[in-house]
Amino acid sequence: MLKANAPKCNIRGNVVVEENPYFPERARIVRKFDLTRDVRFFQVRICDQDKVMTWTTNYKPGQFMMISLPNAGEAPFSITSTPSRPGLFEFCIRKVGRLTSKLFELKENDFIWLRGPFGNGFPVEMMYGKDLLFVAGGLGAAPLRSVLLYALDYRDRFGKIFYLYGAKTPDDMLFREEFFRMKERDDFECYLTVDADPTGLWPFDIGVVTSLFKYVNVDADNTVAIVCGPPVMYKYVVDEFLKIGIPDDHIFMTLERKMKCGIGKCGQCVVEHKYTCVDGPVFTLWDVKNIRTLI
Amino acid sequence: MRVFKLKRENFIPFMKGLSKFGELWGPVRKGDRYVYANEPPEKFVLNAIRTIVPAKKFFLPQKSTILKFKNNEWLEHYDVKKRVIFGLHPCDIHALNIYHKFYTRLYPDPYYLKNRENTLIVGLSCLPDENCFCHLTDTETVNEGFDLFLTDLGDKFLVWVGSPKGDESLKLVKDLIEDTTQKDIDEYVEWRKKRRSMFKVSLDLEGMPEILTFNYDSPIWEQMGEACLSCGTCTMVCPSCTCFDIDDEFDIRTDEMNRQRYWYSCVFREYSMVAGGHNFREARSERLKLWYTHKLVGFMSEYGSPACVGCGRCVVSCPVDINVITVAKALLKEKPDAFWARMASSNVEVQHA
Ligand SMILES: Cc1cc2nc3c(=O)[nH]c(=O)nc-3n(C[C@H](O)[C@H](O)[C@H](O)COP(=O)(O)OP(=O)(O)OC[C@H]3O[C@@H](n4cnc5c(N)ncnc54)[C@H](O)[C@@H]3O)c2cc1C
Ligand code: SF4
Ligand code: SF4
Ligand code: FES
Repeated sequence: MLKANAPKCNIRGNVVVEENPYFPERARIVRKFDLTRDVRFFQVRICDQDKVMTWTTNYKPGQFMMISLPNAGEAPFSITSTPSRPGLFEFCIRKVGRLTSKLFELKENDFIWLRGPFGNGFPVEMMYGKDLLFVAGGLGAAPLRSVLLYALDYRDRFGKIFYLYGAKTPDDMLFREEFFRMKERDDFECYLTVDADPTGLWPFDIGVVTSLFKYVNVDADNTVAIVCGPPVMYKYVVDEFLKIGIPDDHIFMTLERKMKCGIGKCGQCVVEHKYTCVDGPVFTLWDVKNIRTLI
Repeated sequence: MRVFKLKRENFIPFMKGLSKFGELWGPVRKGDRYVYANEPPEKFVLNAIRTIVPAKKFFLPQKSTILKFKNNEWLEHYDVKKRVIFGLHPCDIHALNIYHKFYTRLYPDPYYLKNRENTLIVGLSCLPDENCFCHLTDTETVNEGFDLFLTDLGDKFLVWVGSPKGDESLKLVKDLIEDTTQKDIDEYVEWRKKRRSMFKVSLDLEGMPEILTFNYDSPIWEQMGEACLSCGTCTMVCPSCTCFDIDDEFDIRTDEMNRQRYWYSCVFREYSMVAGGHNFREARSERLKLWYTHKLVGFMSEYGSPACVGCGRCVVSCPVDINVITVAKALLKEKPDAFWARMASSNVEVQHA
């Protein structure tokens, strides 16, 4: 026996399916514009008027949606808007392949299809009362913008807020103007950096994102840190978090895996026993240490 | 559990009676192996050993259309038939129970459920061959997950009733079944003893989760990776493998767009690719490691039991002998009799596509 007296999978209980979780909801592109050379911003609205408010208020920052077009397939994209500003969903989409190229051909008022929201999202309730330290790299700003805007919309619920964002060049920075304006706010600290500045016009720091940690001043035991970016960045940023003394289970990161269903069924996002689409995409450093091959 | 008796001469009428519920499928011979086929019950092979493809194909077909796109609208698409599936062995039913748990957790899968609702599962007892090891995975008997279950005692069958649906279906054959006697039960107990003594595989599978975890960096993964052809046979034949892929297909004949779901395998190279072509599991050895840790360790932490039911399909199907038995033996430092192990010790070079 593999394990003595292991409880068996039993099949009692009637299962009722209220909604087909594979069924895509139609939405309309309200607005789109380019954020960088290959990343485009999409604002979309669910076509079914009765669903607009429930859908756009009932999600968590850090969750994603499956976006699809007929004949181009389906893929996961982080919601970059916040449930504190309902009515629309916003996405930042990088053109990399079949579906994303088709999405880039669409005009305003064209249809796209959505399923979701899926994934665990950031644990915003456990962040109440704590200092927040956000670190974004490249496209990682997409999911982080959601939780940052959320925290700023409910500013009183949180302690100090630090937002560090690094991009390759000024042209690669998502929401550049939005962050420039945020820098003017005095209720939180926003630091931006670029690896290199071919334009010669960049007014802020130059260097990798970890070089911005010199500005950080948080109460380590009472801080939640979140990092989003390309996988190579994680190790360096996490080292900085640990140097400050932030505990493993207060360090969060979002991880990317191939996802086909978003609902814990297709198996394509599996890491050991975790289905990244439902157990993630947000994980703590503690999870990462205990689940091999997570990053 | 309620149990009745069915005389052997009444088996064919019994099956024909049940077929009023739906299409009748059962194990028939194909070459030197068996498949489930929609045939008259006279063709069913009552001592059939494992079918090539397990019964999961009735609940999650190899390929199916889940949505259709017409006039700017998606429409749900179900292709459900009422079916009686006869001949599932205890391990097969255990595997279906795993399927059930998996497909009804979190976001219940409506396609799976529709198929399940429309199926009458009629189990059948079996006698093990040299590749069966359900006695080691605690799946040699089954108490639930079937509607009816037939134990073959020679001149008669015991008919166990496992669900309200099974009970209902007995109305179709009520003149053919009778009450059991003490003698029948005694015969059954004898039969179980005989069956128990027939298992050939002996292996200490207990503690496999820990052993696998500790052997994460063992060289055997590399050795298996060298031999593995990434053909995907192991995942197709394993009754508890659940993974699938989804893709859109344009049907020129009907001018329709179909969103299809089809079986997919974690041993395929594309499985772990993400944007930018980065692959989290480039090496075949890494993908096999995922297969075995997910089946034997991962499932454990989620459901309390491993996902291997000891059916032996991987044992008879993998062209290079990568299977639960040889992997377990290698991890337990017993020399497995396997192509991949011989290849490792002789350093044969294999050309990979
Ligand atoms: C939780 C999550 C959140 C994401 N958020 C965003 C986002 O906000 N913005 C964004 O631009 N992208 C995001 N992605 C990545 C995005 O899903 C992929 O870029 C998208 O699937 C590519 O689809 P495609 O059809 O255009 O590419 P394909 O033609 O399918 O493939 C192009 C390349 O992308 C890889 N790829 C295919 N499918 C995926 C997948 N599901 N995930 C990752 N790589 C894949 C392929 O291996 C190939 O290298 C996210 C992924 C995950 C898992
Ligand atoms: S383990 Fe065997 S059956 Fe599975 S993919 Fe490799 S060669 Fe094929
Ligand atoms: S791993 Fe092999 S023996 Fe176990 S259930 Fe799957 S095919 Fe059967
Ligand atoms: S995306 Fe299908 S299981 Fe996670």
